[in-house]
Amino acid sequence: MMDKYTKLQMAGIYAAVTVFLIFILLPFFEMFMASLRPLEHLFRSPYQFWSDDFSFQAYSDMWDTVPLLGRYIFNSVFIATSVTLITMVFVVPAAYAYARLDFPFKNGSLAIFLGVNMFTGAVLLIPLYRVLRSIGLLNTYWAMIVPGVAFLIPTGIWLLRSYLEKIPKELEEAAFVDGASRMYTLRRVVLPLATPGLIVVGTAVFIGAYAQQFLFAITFNQQRELQPLPAGLFEFIGYQDVTWNQMMAAALTGILPVMVIFLFLQKYLVAGLTAGAVKE
Amino acid sequence: MTDIATEYAATGTKQKAKSLPEAVFAWLLIGPAMLFIAVIVAWPLAETIRLSFMEAGLGGEEYVGLANYQDLVESRKFHQTIVRTFYWMFLSVALKLILGLIGATLLNAAVPGRALFRVLVMPPWIIPMAIGMIGWLWLYNGYFGVLSGTMMSLGITDGPFEFLAYKQSAFYSAVVADVWVGTPMVTLFFLAAMQGVSRDLYEAAWVDGAGRWYRFRRITIPQIMPVIVSMSLLSAIFTFNSFEIIWILTEGGPRGATTTLIVDTYKTAISNFKFGEGSARAVIIVILLGAFSLIYLNVLKYVNRKYGTK
Repeated sequence: MMDKYTKLQMAGIYAAVTVFLIFILLPFFEMFMASLRPLEHLFRSPYQFWSDDFSFQAYSDMWDTVPLLGRYIFNSVFIATSVTLITMVFVVPAAYAYARLDFPFKNGSLAIFLGVNMFTGAVLLIPLYRVLRSIGLLNTYWAMIVPGVAFLIPTGIWLLRSYLEKIPKELEEAAFVDGASRMYTLRRVVLPLATPGLIVVGTAVFIGAYAQQFLFAITFNQQRELQPLPAGLFEFIGYQDVTWNQMMAAALTGILPVMVIFLFLQKYLVAGLTAGAVKE
Repeated sequence: MTDIATEYAATGTKQKAKSLPEAVFAWLLIGPAMLFIAVIVAWPLAETIRLSFMEAGLGGEEYVGLANYQDLVESRKFHQTIVRTFYWMFLSVALKLILGLIGATLLNAAVPGRALFRVLVMPPWIIPMAIGMIGWLWLYNGYFGVLSGTMMSLGITDGPFEFLAYKQSAFYSAVVADVWVGTPMVTLFFLAAMQGVSRDLYEAAWVDGAGRWYRFRRITIPQIMPVIVSMSLLSAIFTFNSFEIIWILTEGGPRGATTTLIVDTYKTAISNFKFGEGSARAVIIVILLGAFSLIYLNVLKYVNRKYGTK
């Protein structure tokens, strides 16, 4: 009853939602349209809203124009996957400690982790550059993986902690009373129960890792074969004759991996990411 | 009675004590993550502070005291950069909050299709910013972009308009792109908070004859206030630190019009290899962000007290 809208109100809501979504989706829509237009048509001024010669040609040509495109996409996925796995190795034990255990300097250390979120890599690039150079990691995959992990650990701990707190304590306590060691309880009781949470947090970390590669890549890596997609494409934009239709096709292809994962898990992801916003 | 209770509690702990003490176990679990952060974040941070007192480049280092800071204090260009950064931040955060609030309210409305809308809002948040910016570069293109094209066909401009070529328009174009990136997160957090507000409150108000606007103002806003405050800070930090958006759209140009503190730092240190001068800028960023967080924590405490959560 309370939620009932008049027809006029409904129309108003849908109109406003449409405007909002146009703002959000316009760049994607235009990228897609550009990817469908033949190049000579793209460079036609004044701008035309509709062309009658749309084709998917750019999606097959792009592999020749950007010979390393496949490699870039592979690099992006590879770096993001490595970052996710390594991050989770650090995050799982730490998140468990914050969710369940009581220990000295608990709040202080958590604040330090969250404080890391205040800095983006950009502030620390100079010494990081020198650290990576001195240990010989510059221009390797590690140059992009290691900083990536550091900046995702805090978010991972934060998200997984709030998930673990929701798992009832009784099972752990039962295992404990039966004489199981702490490690055993963590491995055999808590982790299996937390699997859905691990998947959500892992996915969130993966998406973050996929998204954050640009800065580290353009700063710490000069080797073209190791470049992730955004950095690889960015290089092409500086060229004299940018084949924009293929560039857009490549960019859209490059976000396909995250979009697919996101679409499958979006319901859980939204709940997991915004967990802190809802009062218990 | 009390003695039995204490004794019971004591045996309880004794049972646990046969495995590791809790504090030791906890620090074993946290240790690796802490160590990693220390090496990759804390140490470089300390190193940044040290370097800010150095004249450092590719060649070597030389202690120069406060000279780097002195240069910044005296530089009119740097003052402009600071002012520009704060203007950039306030404008962009304000827009994100307003749009986020409107968006969340719309998505929270009980109309068919809202689950789909929620999915459609997310892409700018989850895709790599750099790729979103390639899209915006195309939109802002004067000759072939849809924005300039629409303006021409509506007769607003006579010829092609290059959004990123003029100081003013480049700045505001970058703001819009930044708002585009940041709005989905704000929207979804506000939406989650709104959905957490107890329905009883609304129903009670509704029974009393309160209209929608009244309920929004007097129930929704106060109830989600802590989230509004946290989102303000989070977006402020992100916006302040926003590098990729500006770098890809304009590289800080034209003629410095979009050079914020973080872009200036990057240009100085990485593009021009002036490590010392770059570090001094980085330290100033850290100080500003720190001050910022302190203010925010106090505001959050106040808000939580006022609106009675925790």
